[in-house]
Amino acid sequence: MKGPERTIDCDFKPKTLKTVSGFETGNTRHQWDYAKLKAAHKVLAEMKYEKRPVLHGYAGRTLYINLTANQIAEKPVTEEMKKIFTGGKGFDLKLLYDAIKPTTRWDSEENELVLAAGPLCGTTQYSGMGKCLAATISPLTNIPCDSNAGGYFAPYLKFAGFDAIEIQGKAKEDVAIIVDENEGVVRIETAPLEEVNSHLIAEQLTHLYAAEDTDAARQKVAIVSSGKGSEHSYWGCLNISFYDPRRKVARLKQHGRGGLGTVFRDKKLKALVARVETMHGLRNSPADPDKIAAVGTRHHIEMRDLDSHQCCMREVGTGNIVEVMDAYDLLPTENYRFGSSPKASNLHSKHFYKRFTQVIPDGCWYGCTMACAKVVDGFTVTTGPYKGMRFSVDGPEYENSGGCANMGIWDPDWVIEWNFYCDCYGIDTISLATGMAFYMEMYEYGILNKERCGGLELVWGNGEAVLEFLHRVAAGDKHEFIQVAAKGVRKTKDWLISKGWGDPGLIENCGMENKGLEFSEYVSKESLAQQGGYGLTNKGPQHDEAWLIFMDMVNKQIPTFADKAEALHYFPMWRTWFGLVGLCKLPWNDVTPMSNAQSKEPAKVPEHVQNYADIMSATLGTDITAQDLVDQSERVYNFQRSMNVWMGRGTRRDDWIPFRAKGPVTEMEYLSRQERYDKQLVEKGLATKEALAKMNAGQKRELLAAHRDDQYEKLTDSVYHRRGWTPNGIPTPQKMRALGFSSYKNLLEMLQKKMDEDERAGLNKWGGKYGKDESPPTAEPRYWEKW
Amino acid sequence: MKTVKVLVFHPELCEGDHACERACSKVQYFRSDEGGEKSALRITQGKDGRFECTVCNHCGLCIDLCPVLALKRLKSGVVTLSKGVCVGCQACVAFCPTGVMRKAPGHIVPFKCISCGKCVEACPKKALELVEMPIEDLEREVYARHGKVCP
Repeated sequence: MKGPERTIDCDFKPKTLKTVSGFETGNTRHQWDYAKLKAAHKVLAEMKYEKRPVLHGYAGRTLYINLTANQIAEKPVTEEMKKIFTGGKGFDLKLLYDAIKPTTRWDSEENELVLAAGPLCGTTQYSGMGKCLAATISPLTNIPCDSNAGGYFAPYLKFAGFDAIEIQGKAKEDVAIIVDENEGVVRIETAPLEEVNSHLIAEQLTHLYAAEDTDAARQKVAIVSSGKGSEHSYWGCLNISFYDPRRKVARLKQHGRGGLGTVFRDKKLKALVARVETMHGLRNSPADPDKIAAVGTRHHIEMRDLDSHQCCMREVGTGNIVEVMDAYDLLPTENYRFGSSPKASNLHSKHFYKRFTQVIPDGCWYGCTMACAKVVDGFTVTTGPYKGMRFSVDGPEYENSGGCANMGIWDPDWVIEWNFYCDCYGIDTISLATGMAFYMEMYEYGILNKERCGGLELVWGNGEAVLEFLHRVAAGDKHEFIQVAAKGVRKTKDWLISKGWGDPGLIENCGMENKGLEFSEYVSKESLAQQGGYGLTNKGPQHDEAWLIFMDMVNKQIPTFADKAEALHYFPMWRTWFGLVGLCKLPWNDVTPMSNAQSKEPAKVPEHVQNYADIMSATLGTDITAQDLVDQSERVYNFQRSMNVWMGRGTRRDDWIPFRAKGPVTEMEYLSRQERYDKQLVEKGLATKEALAKMNAGQKRELLAAHRDDQYEKLTDSVYHRRGWTPNGIPTPQKMRALGFSSYKNLLEMLQKKMDEDERAGLNKWGGKYGKDESPPTAEPRYWEKW
Repeated sequence: MKTVKVLVFHPELCEGDHACERACSKVQYFRSDEGGEKSALRITQGKDGRFECTVCNHCGLCIDLCPVLALKRLKSGVVTLSKGVCVGCQACVAFCPTGVMRKAPGHIVPFKCISCGKCVEACPKKALELVEMPIEDLEREVYARHGKVCP
């Protein structure tokens, strides 16, 4: 991948916070009466616990909280639990599975919000090792949704004594949960006076719970919060804080996807607080610290020497790919109709380079030298309740710029304003952008209009209307559109269709959701593998499972169905692993060793995979190979799919994606890339040049659509087979036993029952239409029985 | 103009005694006279037989890399690391432009030269001396090398 345009401009002096007197952000200073805030807290429940150090990556117990019963308890982490689920997302799902029923919905009493670290989480010697993994039953999808975020919460939770925290039930009034290593105590406290919106409450609670009035003490406190937006939307996100001692700001990283913030506020949680007594380089207690330091230092040196020639993550963060996506027709523009725009240059990373403060360690966990958590300091907010105030805004990251491209917003300052309010109100930027882009397209077609949208003029690029929508959502506006639209694309599709406004087929194929979750910001039309990377997923279309566009579309490394299926097996398993152990994916392949291109499989970055195996071995004190890591993931991945099946989803039908993800939905879209599509129709033998000349755009589009729909089904066949699932997408009991779930008798029985039902309903058959020279992945109908 | 004392090495005087290294490891938190991996300055011999010394010049790039502000420039201009604040991330070790922020086996907290002058005293051949240098010059050189304009 080509890096961004050179961001170093000799005439331009990087914006830096350094002044004679220290560091200055220019932010508005808030004055709060901390004594009053604290005095209003009432302790509802308290549990003293024995303080004991982490041993080789594990605290060895998890924390259970019931907000209805005001109950606090600890649970042991067994060797079996570590063996099967590893940690992080694995622990999230295990605890969730034990607590809920197949009928549990996001707002059910028994639904849990689980946050976990993993065994490598909290390591400081290698970049990107402080991720928190959170999961719940999502309001958008009604199945488990996991989401990861940086910030200090997960490592601090572990260092304070717990590998995970599971929160069940609902409080009667706004509460905060405090896990405090200093006193060895967990408390549920009422929190009536604190703000709800994240930028403010994170600052308030950081000061309130810091052991003393110093930056070093504030850096030992981490806050989880959401915002007013998540109270009225299914797009609620969680913000995890990390106190920046230079800026003196409690900065924020987001668990964006799946409505975790919505569940958080439904439980009347205002905040989670984790406080540690000490912080040093060996708090994760690895078996061989020198080994980790050696591997970590080698990787830091790559970052030092190569990043400015590769992705410039240290200077502009993930936004470096805006220009790359634009160049390859992959930048979602006007609800994914197009992949580039002449206006996109306004959002290229050089514009953000100038706005981001440089020469500062911007990692969201200690020791991350990728340092992609860039910040616009002293940003003056121009709309809404904080109009005129100045804040440090974390981001924008690629998805924020990509999201704005999708809404046709091409002004970097609007991107920052919108990014600020989404985070502050606790709303997922990705879902909101993809949702608004869909509503804007419906507005263009007249399916929505100003009246139907409660006075909002949702025309492309109307940043003011998008911000007004956000403010109205946060204020709890009762207009029907605001209420429905804030619950996501799926609910809005159903609403539009039920109103009889517009062609249901058009609505279904333009609204970019799968399983109820909105797509992230990449155009997948020309990459069949990426269509699978979005659709054949556990939680929905988030690219954290697989990002195969370059491998597939640009580098043509995976031409056959079998190749693509192999990639859609390996990469989701590999990427899942980061979530099991508490890591960020970016340091794996957003900087690559000099010799990577000469390696056997450059897309896998084998040297970095080996780094992770070495660090895992050095932490746990056992020998672990690169293959072992993938095996760990495969267990959890299949467990999550089985949970989906258990909850009535997780079949081929649920892996459906709207046609906008596969190709042009409208004639206009076809015409915009006519040369490309015409060429493909001829090359694939679907029409001769002569026949094509006689067809209109609509006919050609339909021909292409039928072909691409079938391609997707064939891909699905291959992927299911590679993953060891039935043709309807069910992980077989044989597969689950081989992965180590023999003792999960109920789960195995449930899967068998579902397979038998599918058999009776005729669903155990391949979905692709195979011609004379083609064949499905296997001719054996019940191939799994042979295993 | 603010200055800092920087070690200057005179290779022509050195006879490879390594007394400087042993003196250094005694000053460092190891409090041992092993020298070598536990010394902040390192004397090595090149192929041509000449001795070389690698040691911190107090350019201060590491200050900007530390996530916990464990590295500070003292009033004297000397850059120091607070052992109790450090989180052992090794960012300073890896990014040090001269490779003189060091980590010793068995210790996660790095260590560096503090221009204390013990090595100068220890050298029997007077091959080391502390020389005042303008901080601004040191900073400008290192930031330029890393593609940054000096803040």
